[in-house]
Amino acid sequence: MSQTHPRVIVVGGGLAGLAATFKIAEAGVPVDLFSMVPVKRSHSVCAQGGINACNKVARQQGYSEWLHMDETLYGGDFLQHQPPVYEMTHWAPRIIDLMDRIGVPFNRTAEGERDLRLFGGSLFKRTHFAGASTGQQLLYGLDEQVRRYEAQDKVNKFEFWEFLWPILDDEGHCKGIVAQDMRTMEIKPFLADAVVMATGGNGMVFGKSTMSVICTGSAATRCYQAGAWMGNPEFMQVHPTAIPGEDKCRLMSESARGEGGRVWVPGMKDSDGKWQPHPNSGRHPLEFPDSERYYFLEETYPAYGNLVPRDIATREIFWKCQEGFGVGGGRMVYLDVSHLPQATKDKLKAILEIYEKFTGEDPTEVPMKIFPAIHYSMGGLYTVYSEEEREPVPGDGEKAIGMIPGDPSNMMTNVPGLYAFGEVNYQYHGGTRLGANALLNCIFDGLFCASSVVNHAQANATATDLDPALVERVVQQEKDKVQKLMDSKGTVNPYDLHRRLGEEMTDACTVIRTEERMIQALEAVKSMQTEYENVCLSDTGMWTNQNLSFTRALGDMLIYAEAILIAAIARKESRGSHYRPDYPDRIDDPFQKTSLMKFVDGKQVLEYEDVPTPMVPPRARTYGKT
Amino acid sequence: MTANNETNADTKIIRIRIKRQDTPDSQSYHQDFELDYKPNLNVISCLQAIAARPVTVENEDVTPVVWDCNCLEEVCGACTVVINGRVRQSCSTLVDALIAEGTGTASEPILIEPMTKFPVVRDLFVDRTRMFENLKKISGWVPVDGSHDLGPGPVESPESQEERYNLSRCMTCGCCLEACPQFQFDGDFVGAQTIGQTLYFNEHKTGAVLKNERLEVMEQVGGVSDCGNSQNCVKVCPKEIPLSEAIAKIGRQVTVHTVKQFFTGKS
Repeated sequence: MSQTHPRVIVVGGGLAGLAATFKIAEAGVPVDLFSMVPVKRSHSVCAQGGINACNKVARQQGYSEWLHMDETLYGGDFLQHQPPVYEMTHWAPRIIDLMDRIGVPFNRTAEGERDLRLFGGSLFKRTHFAGASTGQQLLYGLDEQVRRYEAQDKVNKFEFWEFLWPILDDEGHCKGIVAQDMRTMEIKPFLADAVVMATGGNGMVFGKSTMSVICTGSAATRCYQAGAWMGNPEFMQVHPTAIPGEDKCRLMSESARGEGGRVWVPGMKDSDGKWQPHPNSGRHPLEFPDSERYYFLEETYPAYGNLVPRDIATREIFWKCQEGFGVGGGRMVYLDVSHLPQATKDKLKAILEIYEKFTGEDPTEVPMKIFPAIHYSMGGLYTVYSEEEREPVPGDGEKAIGMIPGDPSNMMTNVPGLYAFGEVNYQYHGGTRLGANALLNCIFDGLFCASSVVNHAQANATATDLDPALVERVVQQEKDKVQKLMDSKGTVNPYDLHRRLGEEMTDACTVIRTEERMIQALEAVKSMQTEYENVCLSDTGMWTNQNLSFTRALGDMLIYAEAILIAAIARKESRGSHYRPDYPDRIDDPFQKTSLMKFVDGKQVLEYEDVPTPMVPPRARTYGKT
Repeated sequence: MTANNETNADTKIIRIRIKRQDTPDSQSYHQDFELDYKPNLNVISCLQAIAARPVTVENEDVTPVVWDCNCLEEVCGACTVVINGRVRQSCSTLVDALIAEGTGTASEPILIEPMTKFPVVRDLFVDRTRMFENLKKISGWVPVDGSHDLGPGPVESPESQEERYNLSRCMTCGCCLEACPQFQFDGDFVGAQTIGQTLYFNEHKTGAVLKNERLEVMEQVGGVSDCGNSQNCVKVCPKEIPLSEAIAKIGRQVTVHTVKQFFTGKS
């Protein structure tokens, strides 16, 4: 293999991976793009509601990029590094412009301007949207631009290829990957001068979530085992409104509430005017008069109402069900859009159709039954960035700090040459993510940090000098792993083990996390790791073996689950999505820190790193609770 | 799993027959599986249950069925198969509806087969590369100058946005091609998916810069004139994309383009 020019590998073809590929190819550096699915089928298509950015209308009402940053930090309970959030929110309006130019069909006002909707955690309309399938539309726009470079041979796609392991040189610099063709099962090395991981979240660790089936977190866990650090793995977002299902929990977008949808439970007021569970809460929802509908979010949070951040809405729903307010006494509340005008329902068509298809009930007539489900990983691979002071722009506070454009360190992991973009990157969202900030974060990482990747690759174009024996060792390691699974004569069914892992994690480590239960879960996960040694494949062939791929990923999920639990047990405070009834308050001393997980000699080690707050000092996160 | 052969919803057992094929070149065969009935099952849940316990009704241990899926909420397009003779997504096909149609019993199992218009990789998993390649053929992108900050895109009316949005919901699933009598396994016709996308890009102000190039592809063998107007595409499209309307519009654009070429001698 001879290389005289730098080359970049991007793993993952969702929004972050495609945005990075688009920009790196544009800079003239060839990209090898790896994905387990045709990139147009990536999980980003599931994002529904929209993408946040300051805009002309909101600006005239007093909004600014700075306020967008402030909301993001407040929403995230100040656990995130602030300069990347400053940079992201200040680029957001230009990102929307670019997505608009590449043809994304954003909804329009009568005058032909981009329409806006209200979203959680903000009092301003600053969410741009394309119907109720904004993620799909943004992904398609970037997919098309990447296809354009593919047609010019500047991008080489490896679809249905699975990332197995990063190749590190003797100095620990990332110089490529080993991957497997999921059809022919061929295992091969690919060399490059920089590798971008854009591999998304890890919802499958929790069994059923709103995530797609490839969102196992295994790619991130493999990098972790190879020496990359993990940041804040304990922070998992639980989306308040999902449709529980046998195979997964389907998302019901926050845009349903952003467009006026109301959450309620059946209730009766007692003689003191206090709400009590309705004695007949299982009857048809249309039979409850307005006086027997308890709009608990609107009553508890008059300013934000149904649009409090997701972790708050999730806990309120969870508690209401615990208090017996759930529909029919069960774990379900109503999300009601039936009162909205037809034009608004039309804007929500894509998601309302999904509800009807999967439940058989028409949500434009009958309130939807929903319950919280695991939705997004705030944590992920640990990354660093460069920072510089900026001249504040109008709306900014006194001190503005952004990232240095093109600096090779931006969103690089602790492994030189290995980057993490999008959901797999632990940056931007801290303790919880605001709705419609994920699409922004993914595209921002790809577009802004692509020049960092290019600069690193150009300064380190040495992949050709790599010792072939070193490469062969990594390939052999992966072939040996496959052989070990194939040869296993155990009796443990990987699908059963996965189901048990999901049930354990969902029960112990989602909405409410107690120390006792999590310690129990940690022991259970460790014993599952032992059981995994006896896992048995039902397919040992070497042609399109999905059984092998799933079982291998399960081993990684068990490691990720342990990391989540270790960090969650040790964080004796409540912050954002991490809620500990035994420690119900945020405790900045000593927890204004990133949980830094390191995998050392097969052991997972937890360390902490301070999170400075140079622009916005932490304040209590109350959202005006009454 | 049970040996009970009286399979209907009342006895809480459902039977599923799957058309299997081990490799692209091998012969296909059928296998029957039985599952415990639960309310609100979709076909994906059945496939997941079979993957976890790949045992046929003859009590034979077999390899798990291979199928393509990702999002499970009918927005990625991956899990398209032919169920009881009709092409659709296995995630959004509910077992209760199939039982209501009278299938799921021992004598009338739910029949799941791979699409026939694409090469089988294994079992229900087919290779739809051709659909993505066709998007390259029609220059399926908006040819922007680059990613630099050049302000917003063109102003657009809500009506125009709505038309483009409806076309842009195409998830490259292949239903329209499977149902089309003209689209063949090894034929030239590009089918409704590509024609719909051609209109999508032609309708965008900047996208229209490449309109002539696209129409030249549509003018050739395999282009829009190969459509036999059966309108099957629009009937099976899970996203209700107005495909026959798109085909008619592209047909007219091609006619105008051809006439212009004839009179001006250039495209």
